Amino acid sequence: MEYGLDLEYSFNEFLQGFGLSSEIAHIIWLPLPMLLVLVAAVVGVLVTVWLERKISAAAQQRIGPEYAGALGVLQPIADGLKLLVKEDIIPAKADGILFTAGPILVLVPVILSWLIVPFGQNLLISNVGIGIFLWIALSSIQPIGLLMSGYASNNKYSLLGGLRAAAQSISYEIPLALSVLAIVLMTNSLSTIDIVNQQSGAGILSWNIWRQPVGFIVFWICALAECERLPFDLPEAEEELVAGYQTEYAGMKFALFYLGSYINLILSALLVSILYLGGWGFPIPVELIAKFLNLPINAPFIQVFTASIGIVMTVLKAYLLVFIAILLRWTTPRVRIDQLLDLGWKFLLPISLANLLITAGLKLAFPQFFGG
Amino acid sequence: MSIAITTQFICFTVLSLVVIIGALGVVLLESIVYSAFLLGGVFMSVAGLYLLLNASFVAAAQVLVYVGAVNVLIIFAIMLVNKKEDLKPISDIKSRRVISTSICLTLLSLLIRVDLTNVWSLSSPQNSIGEESTIRIGEHLFSDYLLPFEVASVLLLMAMIGAIVLARRDVMSKDISTGLPVDQELIEKSSEPLLTNKN
Repeated sequence: MEYGLDLEYSFNEFLQGFGLSSEIAHIIWLPLPMLLVLVAAVVGVLVTVWLERKISAAAQQRIGPEYAGALGVLQPIADGLKLLVKEDIIPAKADGILFTAGPILVLVPVILSWLIVPFGQNLLISNVGIGIFLWIALSSIQPIGLLMSGYASNNKYSLLGGLRAAAQSISYEIPLALSVLAIVLMTNSLSTIDIVNQQSGAGILSWNIWRQPVGFIVFWICALAECERLPFDLPEAEEELVAGYQTEYAGMKFALFYLGSYINLILSALLVSILYLGGWGFPIPVELIAKFLNLPINAPFIQVFTASIGIVMTVLKAYLLVFIAILLRWTTPRVRIDQLLDLGWKFLLPISLANLLITAGLKLAFPQFFGG
Repeated sequence: MSIAITTQFICFTVLSLVVIIGALGVVLLESIVYSAFLLGGVFMSVAGLYLLLNASFVAAAQVLVYVGAVNVLIIFAIMLVNKKEDLKPISDIKSRRVISTSICLTLLSLLIRVDLTNVWSLSSPQNSIGEESTIRIGEHLFSDYLLPFEVASVLLLMAMIGAIVLARRDVMSKDISTGLPVDQELIEKSSEPLLTNKN
């Protein structure tokens, strides 16, 4: 199964051609994929913000941003510039250190989680063995940042928002992890690369969504709750809490929260597409296309074709899910806090446990379909 | 020294310093909120040390359990009962300090003895399993370490039931600490500001 471009190897070969040692070549290589992914994440946020504005406008029969660039595509950049040059205010009675550290603690784990997002066989920063578990662990750091900023603002709405956010993300982490566990059970590996490869046998038919429909729905609901998007945006419920833990924030610190929540949304969409929708896989297996074109699978043309199709498919699936998330946000009402916790603890948790049990049973009964 | 070893050395020094200074801060700082957040930093640095030892699964588990669950709950509890009150002076503070210091020193000497007597270096580099460790930990948890693992879960269950009994006062007709009949009505609290103003 080892096909696809290995850019790192080619890059190292290229630099060693100039007489550099492989260690130096490795050091020059290291920051490149990180920068690339960071830029990709930020551009993804800009696109998502534009989509959010346009789709919300369509849902409310408005036009939305129109004057900044064609169809208002430059509007998110204008938003970002505005936040960048705004005055940075720390309230007089707030706790300065914690107030500054809070947004950073919210953003950094989300960006770190991009480490494991694959766009192709070798197109990811690092194929760490613990893979998807790293994301679950990192996303559990976020509540600390939320509690920190909620506390440091010295404002009752902020504190309540922070507490709500922490409670919400703790309760939805458990069904989330359990539904990921069912996938891991079928893959026999935590690595995101293995998870996608396990789904690449027969194109669209071998995607995990057919074998894990319950897990897919549970994971999607929990991912939305972890991103604090409507219908689960209780931590910042405007009518009740002003803006929750973000109430006192302005300028770049607010922008960090904003960036964090959108990067998290894109990350969740990417992970849903990796776990359940075949990741970079094309609905028709690439081997079949190669056979149709009478080309060997290792031909350079096919390799470049596979890599570009992989990136396009991953982004396409992710943005399809982002679109659904935005549509949900602008068409559903917010749940109450008791409904939210009931849904998490009394419905999703038992269902995901049962799903895990059934997956384990099916794996033993039909090892050829559910991984052996 | 090669670049890899230098990087490892710098990481180790920074992480160890953060662990030591952070732990001192947890104990010595006046503000309990700062202590709680510093504790999270210490847990994170310990996870970093595990990562340096090639134990990535243990590192992730450390972050998930200690930072994501234990530390969040500690901070949660502190923020829910964030009352600034002047603590009563303890009468026999001197003898208490002597006792706690001696206990801590005994523990320290025990740890130093363990450190000095144990052989830490692996017999051969092949013994380090790296990425395989997840599978090996799983195998051990379901074979020779099954009983301790399950007993630990019973302990957690007991703690959880205890917490529910303490939190839900209506499950018992008598208060467990005072023996008085429990008021089953909702407890009406006098309204206080959530955060006391800092002066």
